[in-house]
Amino acid sequence: MASQALIKDFEELLGKENVFSSEADRMSYSYDSAVLPPVMPSLVIRPTTREQLSACVKKLYENGIPMTVRGSGTNLSGGTIPDKSDTVVILTTGLNRILEINTNDLYAVVEPGVITAQFAAAVEKQGLFYPPDPGSQAVSTLAGNIAENAGGLRGLKYGVTKDYVMGVEFIDATGATVKSGSRTVKCVTGYNLAGLITQSEGTLGIISEAVLKLVPPPKATRACMAVFADMQDAADAVAGIIAAHVVPCTLEFLDNNTIIRVDDYTKAGLPREAGAILLIEVDGHPAQVEDDAAAVEKVLKENKATAVHIPKDAAEKFKLWEARRAALPVLARCRPTTVLEDATVPRSQIPAMVKAVNDIAAKYRLEVGTFGHAGDGNLHPTFLCDKRDKDEFSRVEAAIDEMFDVAIKLKGTLSGEHGIGTAKAKWMEKETSRGTILFSQRLRRALDPKGLLNSTKLVGI
Amino acid sequence: MTTLHELAQRLLVLDDRITDCMKCGMCQAVCPMFGATGMEADVARGKLALIDNLAHEMLKDPAAVAEKLGRCLLCGSCQAACPPGVKIMEIFMEAREIVNEFLGLHPVKKMIFRTLLAKPELFNFAIRVGAPMQGLMFKKSGDAQGTVCAPFLNFMLGDRHIHPLAKTPIHTRYGVIDEPRGSGGIKVAFFPGCVGDKMYTDMTEACLKVLRYHKVAVFMPAGLTCCGIPALSSGDVKGMLLQLRANIQALRNGDYDYVLSPCGSCTATIKEFWPRYALRLGTQEKSIIEGIAAKAMDINAFLVDVLKVEAAQPSNDAISVTYHDSCHLKKSLGVAAQPRIIIQANPAYKLTEMAEADRCCGCGGSFNLFHYDYSRKIGQRKRDNVVASGARIVAAGCPACMMQLEDVLSHNQDAVRVKHTVELYAESLH
Repeated sequence: MASQALIKDFEELLGKENVFSSEADRMSYSYDSAVLPPVMPSLVIRPTTREQLSACVKKLYENGIPMTVRGSGTNLSGGTIPDKSDTVVILTTGLNRILEINTNDLYAVVEPGVITAQFAAAVEKQGLFYPPDPGSQAVSTLAGNIAENAGGLRGLKYGVTKDYVMGVEFIDATGATVKSGSRTVKCVTGYNLAGLITQSEGTLGIISEAVLKLVPPPKATRACMAVFADMQDAADAVAGIIAAHVVPCTLEFLDNNTIIRVDDYTKAGLPREAGAILLIEVDGHPAQVEDDAAAVEKVLKENKATAVHIPKDAAEKFKLWEARRAALPVLARCRPTTVLEDATVPRSQIPAMVKAVNDIAAKYRLEVGTFGHAGDGNLHPTFLCDKRDKDEFSRVEAAIDEMFDVAIKLKGTLSGEHGIGTAKAKWMEKETSRGTILFSQRLRRALDPKGLLNSTKLVGI
Repeated sequence: MTTLHELAQRLLVLDDRITDCMKCGMCQAVCPMFGATGMEADVARGKLALIDNLAHEMLKDPAAVAEKLGRCLLCGSCQAACPPGVKIMEIFMEAREIVNEFLGLHPVKKMIFRTLLAKPELFNFAIRVGAPMQGLMFKKSGDAQGTVCAPFLNFMLGDRHIHPLAKTPIHTRYGVIDEPRGSGGIKVAFFPGCVGDKMYTDMTEACLKVLRYHKVAVFMPAGLTCCGIPALSSGDVKGMLLQLRANIQALRNGDYDYVLSPCGSCTATIKEFWPRYALRLGTQEKSIIEGIAAKAMDINAFLVDVLKVEAAQPSNDAISVTYHDSCHLKKSLGVAAQPRIIIQANPAYKLTEMAEADRCCGCGGSFNLFHYDYSRKIGQRKRDNVVASGARIVAAGCPACMMQLEDVLSHNQDAVRVKHTVELYAESLH
């Protein structure tokens, strides 16, 4: 636990209600959504203004106390688990105001702790659209999304969080305020520090404000579901859709293992023999949506889709997409522990990757289901196990090691959207190079001379 | 159970169920308590981690865990939204029982749950003595809801604006009801619940009127008492079982097809918790209780699903009513469409949905007694949604929610009135 003097200082600065020092409270900030051992912080503080945030960081820096910044604690790579027992957790959730939604210039200014889905809803109310939709959007924070460069279902057409960051203001390790980017589309004033802080996983600074790009919403959408006997046919169809110059806003797939488990649970009458299901949605101007939908249907039929379902209305579409929505919850119910991965490969390699995942799971006698974003090659192989069974869990770890080897061999990546944190740090060099690790560490040491910000995450410091 | 190790061993029975939590944090989106405090220990993911750590002796402070467990409305919103389907309510109830057994139940709670609520005649006597006295202590709040308050009892009651106790409770008015089956052929056991019997008697009268109108015979025996949810929520299973035994005694010999209550919490308790705890009373009692539980039904659901009451075309000058989904009705029993139909069954009313209609109102039964400040804060969000809907009446299917809605609306000096759905429907029947 932190010293009484420090606790008292923070209580004076932030108010007692924003300083959590009891063992039970600290314990509840010792974990996040990653399947990793918890580490209890020495104190948890929740600044409610930017000035307070900067003062907190300054004070911790002066005292040489390690810090871990945390939003809602939903990341899947351990990025918000404290590094050491003397770490102080800084919550951004007390800074949760939407400062501006500008409908003329198409941007919004937000504090770091605004909840993604609430922001998207507020933007929608103003007739605009904020596309990034990570799976945790109902609870995740915008600064957490930026720090992890969160993806979502709309990546193929609309990009990911980094494509919407126009500017940021952040507090560096010493407590100083740094600004980069602006409210303008073009801005080349200084280094692109907004780009640097995006995806930095709390290792370079603490985001205190962000300017986010907004876009006009699509006027029309059209969805369909296609069934394939084989994963390769589904992949061919995906390639065919892209080759036809149609960029769907969502292009999701479920593999056979996932289909069977979802059908077992929902009794929805899914095609249990199918090698894969694709869920496709196109959006845009009504006339173009019409053309695109026709092109997609044609490609699906040419690529041996055994069935194509086109919903007649919103209710039917909702029902069709139930299988995708249910994928993770259903897999999670199969066994006590769910290890949700996000290995990503060039989209043409999806069949090879899915086959490798299944072969590896068989080799290590593990249950796995794979679903994910077929349009951008982002797979979610989901290993089902019980972490209390040490033998089984060590087989899961070995299987994941092998899976990443395959992903890298297929010119893919360890992590499409979940981040490195501590969970995947050991594989970083394999995908990049020794030089990348050394460069990143030198960068960190220069910006954070005492090595206080999330010190064990990413490449370490 | 005297050592921490023994406590931990007992908590390990929850281990398999707690491990199901994948720590995704989705409970944060729906938890009313987390919405008010933003503290991780107030949301299900945090509480499950604390129970887990106590069970594995990583945490050695059961009082702190008990305190955190108490900061929960047991509204079940987290469980209803939980991706891996963790049985959160079950875990919380059992953990409260185990931890409170270790720490000992507060003597006042022990007196209330095991003596007052377990012995209906005593409870009724206390109310009979108390009700006429309330005029001496309480004064009218002067609001549209008709609540009363007691400024000089603020040290004890907080600044609560509450519905006055009925001069004559329902059981005194009617004694035992045991009507022969009429032309409708259906007979129901009617469970008014404590609040329906002693406080919201207009609501209960409305229910009886509706049942009479539909020619449904009523069985309301003597000796019914509290359904047991307050005791259970406080971890006092012993008290709950004493109450359950009294209720079974009253209900076991009736001839009826359904057990109806106007209280969503009572219905959910009868349907879900009575059978879960029944075995502790013995195998014979278990089968009787399972039989009763299988017949339990919310009165709105009964009117719509069994009697086929339908929505009417609203009249031109229909008054707009908004509906609050009680947690136990929607999240435990899955009853959400029927109460809305019941409101619309009266052409004098039209339904106007509020935002977040199924977000907890913040009452949470005994939660309100121990955390009135948070209860009010959570209630304020509900009040804001009610008022923003522009409705003149807010209806609910649970008198506990009605108490909470009246309190927050009264404090904001809003003109919106609070009614039970069946009261609105009853007005259209002559």
